[in-house]
Amino acid sequence: MTSAATAPAPVAPAARTTDALLYLDAVSVSFDGFKALNSLSLVLEPGEMRAIIGPNGAGKTTMMDVITGKTRPDTGTVLLDGVHDLTRLDEAAIAELGIGRKFQKPTVFEMVSVEENIVLALAGPRGVRASLFHRRTPQEARRIEEVLEIVRLGDRRDALAGALSHGQKQWLEIGMLLAQDPTLLLVDEPVAGMTDAETELTADLLRRINVDHTVVVVEHDMSFVRALGVKVSVLHEGSVLAEGSLDQVSAEKRVIEVYLGR
Amino acid sequence: MTSRKPILFRLMAPHIAPAILALVAAAALVPIANLAFPPDHALHVPTGTVVLVGKWLTYALLAVALDLVWGYCGILSLGHGAFFALGGYAMGMHLMREIGPRGVYGHPVLPDFMVFLDWEALPVAWWGFDVFAYAAFMALFVPGALAFVFGWLAFRSRVTGVYLSIITQAGTYALMLAFFRNELGFGGNNGLTDFKDVLGFSLQADTTRAALFALSALALAGGLLLAQAIVTSKFGLVLVAIRDAEARTRFLGWRVERFKLFVFVVSAMMAGLAGALYVPQVGIINPSEFSPANSIEAVIWVAVGGRGTLSGAALGAILVNWLESFLTGAYPEAWLFVLGFLFVVVTLFLPKGILGALRSLRGRRRAADPGKAPEKSPAGATQAAE
Ligand SMILES: Nc1ncnc2c1ncn2[C@@H]1O[C@H](COP(=O)(O)OP(=O)(O)OP(=O)(O)O)[C@@H](O)[C@H]1O
Ligand SMILES: [Mg+2]
Repeated sequence: MTSAATAPAPVAPAARTTDALLYLDAVSVSFDGFKALNSLSLVLEPGEMRAIIGPNGAGKTTMMDVITGKTRPDTGTVLLDGVHDLTRLDEAAIAELGIGRKFQKPTVFEMVSVEENIVLALAGPRGVRASLFHRRTPQEARRIEEVLEIVRLGDRRDALAGALSHGQKQWLEIGMLLAQDPTLLLVDEPVAGMTDAETELTADLLRRINVDHTVVVVEHDMSFVRALGVKVSVLHEGSVLAEGSLDQVSAEKRVIEVYLGR
Repeated sequence: MTSRKPILFRLMAPHIAPAILALVAAAALVPIANLAFPPDHALHVPTGTVVLVGKWLTYALLAVALDLVWGYCGILSLGHGAFFALGGYAMGMHLMREIGPRGVYGHPVLPDFMVFLDWEALPVAWWGFDVFAYAAFMALFVPGALAFVFGWLAFRSRVTGVYLSIITQAGTYALMLAFFRNELGFGGNNGLTDFKDVLGFSLQADTTRAALFALSALALAGGLLLAQAIVTSKFGLVLVAIRDAEARTRFLGWRVERFKLFVFVVSAMMAGLAGALYVPQVGIINPSEFSPANSIEAVIWVAVGGRGTLSGAALGAILVNWLESFLTGAYPEAWLFVLGFLFVVVTLFLPKGILGALRSLRGRRRAADPGKAPEKSPAGATQAAE
């Protein structure tokens, strides 16, 4: 992490250098010499929703791994709110700062119920003692109801999460994000394996979530990205190839070459 | 596994309540049957049986401790016998000190083996063990402290799965080698034995043995209740989440290593208590209690009874040991083969153990009756925790 010297101290709010909610600059990650991220830079304004597209292996998931502390970048700056250096924090600390994530492969807790999945995600104290003696508060119960309703799983609440259909698991994971109530949501391929109707509902859902959350969505489904109607970043070989509205980036020759034209 | 329910309700879950009732009844009735009825009476329970079953009850407590970490948090400890043995040694040291000047050499303070080794003074590690309360405290504290240090290092560096299992196995083996050495000061090879009495009661007396049986039954009941309270809390839900998808749990903001550490330490202390109750009943503790095979056998008990069922783990310990006592009488050489065979059979045909199999049988019957088929029966709810 050669940039550590230039990064602001994680505790000093005075060192804030950017208004961006999320600030990635010159981030590189290599796996055995292969550059999965190659000097990637990305800036996200508070309240924004951003769609990330790009061919397989472009580094979209790796970018999310870096932001959530799963992967440490070799070089580069990753700041939340301009003050928190995410390259120095672990997964739990980053989650506590308010970054939530939906995985590309839906990962819900299959052996517990739908409702318990929401309970696990629900914002609240995360300590050992707090969870040993935890009693559900009326507010929590209400919030669980709300979330289950939003993701349309109210009638499946007692089912094992493993018994849900693929699309329902995707929604459960989005529901878990809602319950976690992070400032920034990273959503990796939310409509993979969904029917057209489900895809449409998911676009609606994300727009609703975007009303009071900042969202990053990775998706290959162009009609879905179009339905979102937000700024798009095209990733290719680990860096940003183009940025702008979907129409703007689709018109760029390089984008057509590497991605859309295939 | 719903944290909404009041604690008393959670503790009285269908598969725990009968076990608790049976244990409390046994604690009250077995001593009466042993002491109050003459040997030729039909209801008389011979002292030999009391001691044997009392020993199994301590094994059952060890199994519950192991199930807590393995069944609910996915930590397959192959070294839990070490915590059991450490608890046993703490109690054994007290019993040695209680012999006082009645040893073969008649030394007022030093246990026989120290006199035999020409030691002049009591090693520091033995100080205070003449006080029962201190020994009882150490029987919990030493296993707990070891689990804390080990768990802190292992869980923080994210050692999991088979690597963790191997390290725990190596750990108990290393302890065995250490305890074999006379210089360590715990009786070496021979361990600690020839105990006379505990708190002034002769260990040979039927009344003392009946009391130890009752204490073991109550300790097992207490261990089951504590474990049940833990696994049915929100903490228990996080444990299951860690077991099934550790990385995912981290991304939700849970500090996985703290949860593992807590449950590992609780489990080690439970195992230590089991060891402390075991030693006065069998009258000896030696380094072979640390042997890796012992820890593996405990895993087999849990697998046979039903991983992630608590009461199943206890049942498994008792059944396997009952089978062992029955078979070693008839065919002593065959036992290890039978044990291995049992493990293979259970792994292949009863992956959820005896209790798990019984429960899915019951669940299937209920599901066959549409009138009484809720989407998730209470049995299903606990299966979720498996
Ligand atoms: N842990 C890892 N070890 C080695 N290589 C990796 C690792 N993670 C990702 N890669 C490689 O890095 C590149 C980028 O992967 P990444 O998963 O970020 O792509 P992506 O843009 O999400 O692709 P997709 O659209 O297929 O999900 C790929 O070539 C991948 O094989
Ligand atoms: Mg990806």
